[in-house]
Amino acid sequence: MSSAITIKPYLRLSGLEPLVIRPEMNFVNVGERTNVTGSKKFARLIRENKYEEALSVARQQVEGGAQVLDVNMDDALLEGVSAMTTFLNLLQSEPDIARIPIMIDSSKFEIIEAGLKCVQGKCIVNSISLKEGEAKFIEQAIVCKSYGAAVIVMAFDEVGQADTKERKVEICHRAYKILTEQVGIAPQDIIFDPNIFAVATGIEEHNNYAVDFIEATREIKKLMPLTKVSGGVSNVSFSFRGNDHVREAIHSVFLFYAIKAGMDMGIVNAGQLVVYDEIEPTLRDLCEDVLLNRNNDNNEATDKLIAHAETVKAKGKVEVKDEAWRNEPVEKRLAHSLVNGITDYIDADTEEARQKYPKPLDVIEGPLMDGMNIVGDLFGAGKMFLPQVVKSARVMKKSVAILTPYIEAEKEARKQANLAAGTANTETAGAAKILLATVKGDVHDIGKNIVGVVLGCNGYDIIDLGVMVPADKILETAEKEKADIIGLSGLITPSLDEMVHIAKEMKRRGMNQPLLIGGATTSRIHTSVKIAPEYDNGVVHVLDASRSVTVAGSLLNKEQKEDFLAGISTEYKKLKENFDNKKPVKQYLTYAEALQNKVDVNWAEYEPTVPTFIGTKVFEDYDLASLRPFIDWKPFFIAWEMHGNFPDILTDNVVGKEATKLYEDANKLLDQIIAEKWLTAKGTIGFWEASSKDDDVFVQHDGQETKLCFLRQQIKKAPGQPNLSLADFIAPAAAGKKDYIGAFAVTLHGIEEHIRRFEAAHDDYNKIMLQALADRFAEAFAEALHLHTRKEYWGYDKDEQLNNEELIKEQYVGIRPAPGYPACPDHTEKYKLFDLLNATETTGIQLTESLAMFPASSVCGWYFSNPKSQYYGVGKIQQDQLEDYTERKGLPAAEMERWLSPVLE
Amino acid sequence: MDIRKELEKRILVIDGAMGTMIQRHKPTEADYRGERFKDWHCDVKGNNDLLCITQPQIIRGIHKQYLEAGADIIETNTFSSTTIAMADYDMQSLAYELNVAAARCAKEAVAEFMAEHPDATPKYVAGAIGPLNKTLSLSPDVNNPGFRAVTFDEVMNAYYEQISGLVDGGVDILLIETIFDTLNAKGAIFAVKKYFRDTGKPELPVMISGTITDASGRTLSGQTLEAFYTSVMHANPLSIGLNCALGASEMRSHIEELSQIAACFTSAYPNAGLPNAMGEYDEEPHQTAHFIEEWARRGFVNIVGGCCGTTPDHIRHIAQEVKNISPRTLPVLEASY
Repeated sequence: MSSAITIKPYLRLSGLEPLVIRPEMNFVNVGERTNVTGSKKFARLIRENKYEEALSVARQQVEGGAQVLDVNMDDALLEGVSAMTTFLNLLQSEPDIARIPIMIDSSKFEIIEAGLKCVQGKCIVNSISLKEGEAKFIEQAIVCKSYGAAVIVMAFDEVGQADTKERKVEICHRAYKILTEQVGIAPQDIIFDPNIFAVATGIEEHNNYAVDFIEATREIKKLMPLTKVSGGVSNVSFSFRGNDHVREAIHSVFLFYAIKAGMDMGIVNAGQLVVYDEIEPTLRDLCEDVLLNRNNDNNEATDKLIAHAETVKAKGKVEVKDEAWRNEPVEKRLAHSLVNGITDYIDADTEEARQKYPKPLDVIEGPLMDGMNIVGDLFGAGKMFLPQVVKSARVMKKSVAILTPYIEAEKEARKQANLAAGTANTETAGAAKILLATVKGDVHDIGKNIVGVVLGCNGYDIIDLGVMVPADKILETAEKEKADIIGLSGLITPSLDEMVHIAKEMKRRGMNQPLLIGGATTSRIHTSVKIAPEYDNGVVHVLDASRSVTVAGSLLNKEQKEDFLAGISTEYKKLKENFDNKKPVKQYLTYAEALQNKVDVNWAEYEPTVPTFIGTKVFEDYDLASLRPFIDWKPFFIAWEMHGNFPDILTDNVVGKEATKLYEDANKLLDQIIAEKWLTAKGTIGFWEASSKDDDVFVQHDGQETKLCFLRQQIKKAPGQPNLSLADFIAPAAAGKKDYIGAFAVTLHGIEEHIRRFEAAHDDYNKIMLQALADRFAEAFAEALHLHTRKEYWGYDKDEQLNNEELIKEQYVGIRPAPGYPACPDHTEKYKLFDLLNATETTGIQLTESLAMFPASSVCGWYFSNPKSQYYGVGKIQQDQLEDYTERKGLPAAEMERWLSPVLE
Repeated sequence: MDIRKELEKRILVIDGAMGTMIQRHKPTEADYRGERFKDWHCDVKGNNDLLCITQPQIIRGIHKQYLEAGADIIETNTFSSTTIAMADYDMQSLAYELNVAAARCAKEAVAEFMAEHPDATPKYVAGAIGPLNKTLSLSPDVNNPGFRAVTFDEVMNAYYEQISGLVDGGVDILLIETIFDTLNAKGAIFAVKKYFRDTGKPELPVMISGTITDASGRTLSGQTLEAFYTSVMHANPLSIGLNCALGASEMRSHIEELSQIAACFTSAYPNAGLPNAMGEYDEEPHQTAHFIEEWARRGFVNIVGGCCGTTPDHIRHIAQEVKNISPRTLPVLEASY
């Protein structure tokens, strides 16, 4: 028997997931950047028909914490109905964005209705009003209701837009009665926008506008408690255009009072709101006076704020240095340093705290942990970004380093005292230990380092075993150190197998620590299908550093752990079941058929370009400064978990500020790396005569022949589309043409010494920065050599004129695919490439047993010059091709299968 | 008899599969065509809805079997009776007529049954509104995710015509079912509201039944169950529920969740298990009924029945099992926080 459930009259919205607006939510952020009237960038993208790119703006809003997405296409140059339709249809196919409800925003009702026709979830219409009379209002409300949308009603009637409290309340109440009594819209589906107008315009009648809004809100919520109040917050500070510092402060102060009065949601740039408490008091007081219209006779408050704004502005946007926090008590100062990543005062402040507290450990457990908790909370809430957190960690480590000797000394003293007293002292249990390692055969560790820092910030004791760590060492250390969690990382595909192996080993050894899996090639599906079934005491895939904190938290909490693991385990079992049950929907050709459908090159018409030399050319010490312009910054930001295109990311509304800071720091370090020559760029390129037969390429060098083996796409393609193999881009022997292939390998040496130095200085920020930059240098080096190869060394495209952006977009002729990557996924071909170039000797790059390259900042690949050559992925191959390939390679079947497992079904 | 009153008293039973039962008659191409379409220019075998016009006795007979088995609600044979779905047979122009004919088959079956069983509890005819073979939220072209094969207005108009046929044929309820794309269902809801607004006729109760397609617990168009319910709440439905795609055992957790959040009555009519390797449903009537009896005891449901693979035998077992179990109590809707 069921006992009756109660259902509350909340505003309920939905995208792919539900959003229930509960009173305790306090405030709902509506993302405002997908608005052509508010975002120049978005408007440009839509106007240029770059809808796919425009989606990234929406994604940033969602990632920045928007709970509802406002979409507006009101632009005189746009066909609003089709723009709205196109954008919303596309958006529906992006589950990470379509997750949240849409607010369809337009002053034209036909655009609103077009939007409503595209969205399956329950939307908000923004907005309708009594502007054109009751009949029109009712008609539009009925349409909204028929689509199941909640409505924003603007306080606007036949007379005009309401500016006073009384008019706002009166119009809203009139609209409410019509909607609830005549149209039958539920009160909770009604949201009022009582008009936020600009204050401090110099016109005295405007001075009370914020008060009017706030007081109207209070009255509306009293009169119609189930309704919601919303508004476009940035209007209020319109007079301070161009002074973001002051505008942000005004917005925060305004929201502080409006939310207290009952405002439920607002169209804001969520990422840019400053914390009310963090606003400098003088500025905050001035904002309050202006917004609350206090001390404002003859515009006095307004003038003061304007004057103050000028001084803030005059100081320049970059350096609004405010040292007032230095007068706070030491605990506050430590917290401030941690939150803002400031190391300048940490020595003195730590020392002061050490003298103030009875024991040095108290400083760590007290003010330092309190500060780091704030950092953790802000990060968890999306209010801090990864680079900031890493900086906080640097401050923390410095402070702890100062305290450590005192703690050790005290321990020793206690031990002596205990010994003197004749008792054996057992140390109290410390923080939970998390062991991290990049698995055997893999050398990539930027991601793992970031996870280590973030977890370290959250108070965990991190044991980092570094890179290329064998399973035995990981598991023995975990047992010896009594690690509470083991985390494995890897970037190249063979690492996935190694992780499976470790999971099996953990089971065999009867271990019970949960196992975390992370890194670029890992995935939830691989973890659930391949790793989780091998180990019973918890395997969790962790998508990125920010998730690692909550996962570790759940695993180390005795009450949560069981439920959490049970939840994960059910989820993974379902994923695995789905995976196992999924019948291949893709159709494949037989290998013989695929071979028939090769790239159609008219070899008779084609004259291969002869390279300027045959054999290899070695670059001992390439000029770093000349590589700088070749750097592709986008992956650099991705390494820091900041997603977006460069340089747009620098001006992005959510992460722009941090991205700019990061970019500046990176360039500073780059200057130093180049000036002080920290790194040595070594590389080798080579060209040889080559001919193809089916999927093999025969390379002639030094009187010998080396056979390169390639794989061919086997998926059934659309008519006229070839099944690609790299071998197709080399002339077959039968064509009677002399064709060529090239190869390159580049690397950056010398990073270790500097990494060690940063580690000694507890400076993870610069350590990670240096690693990321070395990676970028290696890629830039490959890019530079490829350019010179095209224009000079091989010279097949002497007249090429491309800028850096076009280079990054790979708009050049010819390709440079790397063994182990999508076009040629077999890593073992790297041996041949290295032999041809004599790469280990000439560049110093070592291949690990998993065929990762060491140093980690290395790149290698083949050069193809054929104008038809292109980048692509081989995709999955079938058994017949596997057998043929195994035979061509002459390797044991089991071994070949292991190397090719990523492309096997 | 107001169905709401009945629903407060007992669990109502909705009928089982129509297609499965039609196949038992092994109708041939000639049977499908009947006299009227004997010269139709394309094959019509498989157009089950057409049988309402060409072989109404078969359809009436199936309805009767379900009524005899204990069904309280029978569904019209109109799953594909829209201009959009009928395009497969080039029979767009028959859409309205098919709905009228189907509604009449069902109403006649009820009348016959009531004549034979004057003391029986009230029986209802639900006009079945299916999901269409084109979707509004998904692109059929993987390379062009923004593309749509059909527009909202086309969907809405197709449903509008279907609804007018069903209402004119005399159905008691409208049942929007097997929803795998919520936006299609919103098109149907829009059409319902518009139809009753335009005609001024009293609104019929609307039942809504979605389809959770797989273990992810989401609809094909990607919504979670609660998001789906939130998106169709504005229909102010008589009931919200789930049908098809899953067997009772896989549907259980979803129907439990729905029973916690639904402000209206709940319905559930699962398939007879999951299809076996041969694509056949082989869950026995007592097995299906056993699952459903447990839902009823736990107070998850107000309307139960069967979908693909279920037969009058399944419905008989289900009706027996739930006969003496109280229905789910409607939640209390609070008027303030």
